Amino acid sequence: MTMIMTRDEIAKRLSEVGYVPDRELAMALSLMDMLGRPLLLEGEAGVGKTEVAKALAAIHGSRLIRLQCYEGLDQSTALYEWNYQRQLLAIRAKESLGGGAGVEEDAVFSEKYLLERPLLSAIRQKQAPVLLIDEVDRADEEFEAFLLELLSDFQVTIPELGTIRAVSIPRVVLTSNGTRELSDALRRRCLYHYVDFPDVDREARIILARVPGISTELALQIARMVEKIRKEELRKVPGVAETLDWTASLVGLGVKNLRDDPETVHDTLMCLLKTAEDRARVTKEVSTRLLGKVA
Amino acid sequence: MTCCGAGHPEDLKEAGGAMLARLIAFANILRSNAFAVGLKETQDAVRLLATDLAARPSSLRPALKALFCARASDWRKFDEIFDAHWLGQGMKQLARVSASGATTSPKTIRELSQNAPGQHSEPGLGEPVPSDGASSALPSGDIGRMEGASRVENLQHTDFRKIADPEELAKAHALAERLAKAMRARLTRRERARRKGRKIDLRRTIRRNIAHGGVPIELVHRAPKPKPLRLVVLLDASGSMSLYTSVFVRFIHGVLDHFHEAEAFLFHTHLAHVTPAMRERSGARALERLSLLAAGAGGGTRIGESLATFNRWHAKRVIHSRTCVMIISDGYDTGDSGVLGQEMRALARRCRRIVWLNPMLGWEGYEPSARGMKAALDYVDLFAPAHTLDSLAKLEPYLARL
Repeated sequence: MTMIMTRDEIAKRLSEVGYVPDRELAMALSLMDMLGRPLLLEGEAGVGKTEVAKALAAIHGSRLIRLQCYEGLDQSTALYEWNYQRQLLAIRAKESLGGGAGVEEDAVFSEKYLLERPLLSAIRQKQAPVLLIDEVDRADEEFEAFLLELLSDFQVTIPELGTIRAVSIPRVVLTSNGTRELSDALRRRCLYHYVDFPDVDREARIILARVPGISTELALQIARMVEKIRKEELRKVPGVAETLDWTASLVGLGVKNLRDDPETVHDTLMCLLKTAEDRARVTKEVSTRLLGKVA
Repeated sequence: MTCCGAGHPEDLKEAGGAMLARLIAFANILRSNAFAVGLKETQDAVRLLATDLAARPSSLRPALKALFCARASDWRKFDEIFDAHWLGQGMKQLARVSASGATTSPKTIRELSQNAPGQHSEPGLGEPVPSDGASSALPSGDIGRMEGASRVENLQHTDFRKIADPEELAKAHALAERLAKAMRARLTRRERARRKGRKIDLRRTIRRNIAHGGVPIELVHRAPKPKPLRLVVLLDASGSMSLYTSVFVRFIHGVLDHFHEAEAFLFHTHLAHVTPAMRERSGARALERLSLLAAGAGGGTRIGESLATFNRWHAKRVIHSRTCVMIISDGYDTGDSGVLGQEMRALARRCRRIVWLNPMLGWEGYEPSARGMKAALDYVDLFAPAHTLDSLAKLEPYLARL
């Protein structure tokens, strides 16, 4: 378990679990283990940042613990919380049994009444899990500071219970969509990888890996078409997830070759274009013209 | 197979010293290119050098890239810098940051501010400003202070162009800074008034009252989290604006200093994000960095294209629901006015308010006739003159209402 995989090994294992990495990402993942640093992934929405963490968990055969960040996220939802209802019940029960005021505090503040939240649960796993802190830019700055502390010490102090040290150091993946500038301190702490839109070749391989029973020819056509569409001036550039949706719908409709069926191709573009403006921009003529270059 | 074993100790000892020196030099270059590289990163890089990753550039580059980069802009720059340093390719690129700008650009911000009418000794951007004015008013004690006040009054009605005296200019700067402060103070008070919540936070109330055996004695309230107003300033630094640029640069500095959240951009033929440079405490350094960023200032304007860049690359990060975008420009656009209208529409959809300050509006008989201006006006919430401090002051109640 402690053995560190090289870049090529990681790349190979990742493709085995259906994630097609580029070389730089494989390197970053290999360095994560070597240097024991978290990995910060940035990139447009829908380029598969979250998928990286899932694939990483899959290749290490470990659990994926996910913390979805949002505005107002605080320690009680991210780290731990006491189960108040149970505590109160326990106190009442003891009182009614005639224990009187002699309820021991230790009894109420014990493991039994502790609710683990993702961060605490991540450091208490026997086998190092993958901790995915998703969209960290959505959380508040205070939470970011707290996170920084946790990521450097991997220990948590619960006033009533004492300090809990990490049983195993989780592999931490953070993702950010860039809605807010992250602090330099957090950035410095992490390895960094910018997840870009894949090139035609990689996208075609992703399609082949994810959509069963599709021909290489069609996958390549779709990848080339999507690349062309991304180059149009769009408000929302379609990501890999959208490509897969589109592929699935084309396959579902029985399209074997994009050239044969420009009508269907145009009608299913709604899988890729998600605003009215973009939809209006890619007219029938545009899609036919793009198709002409592709297929 | 593990790749971090110290595979070839002898090789390392020989190559070690030279490699280390190069690595440290590399880290320094990155730092001067605004990478956030700390001691810890360099240490980790040394560890990487000891592995067989360092054997080939093709594996060393992605390794160091993941380690040293911290943001998307770093990510795009890194390969070039790496190749220049480690492979000796494109060596002249290395000098990009340390020496360019002044020589290549037609006019830099520093020159602009020095060219401002009669302004020979611009006080540093970050230096305490009022000292000049205060010392001139000192001799006559109390009366002097009154005089000072009345002179400020007077200043408020003068067109910036007519301020020739450096002392007066310094005062104009101080006023701009005070104004920014006043705007912020107003906003902060509003937030505090909203602190008391109407709803009860049940979970926290129970938590707080466990000590009382669960009897709710202390109540915890919930209130919507106040979101302070964010001000994004887009300043036109083109030739036609040169008379006003230095004053507005000063104003922006005040804004960045005193607003809780603010961002600043400069544009002429292209757009530059100047917030980090302008936050520099030392005025001299701020100007230095600014002039590098704003290479080409003083030339023509392409407002539409600049706005397009802003919408595409910066808007998502910089703008939230309580953002006011302040564009300071005369609206003389050398680019395509159709683009401007389109981009203004996109911008208007994103942000709360758009304020367009136009120095020309103060001129008698000026009509917003510039083509670009006309295209943009439909989407502007407030179109105001900005040639005097008075007109800036008038904005305060408006901004506070947002």
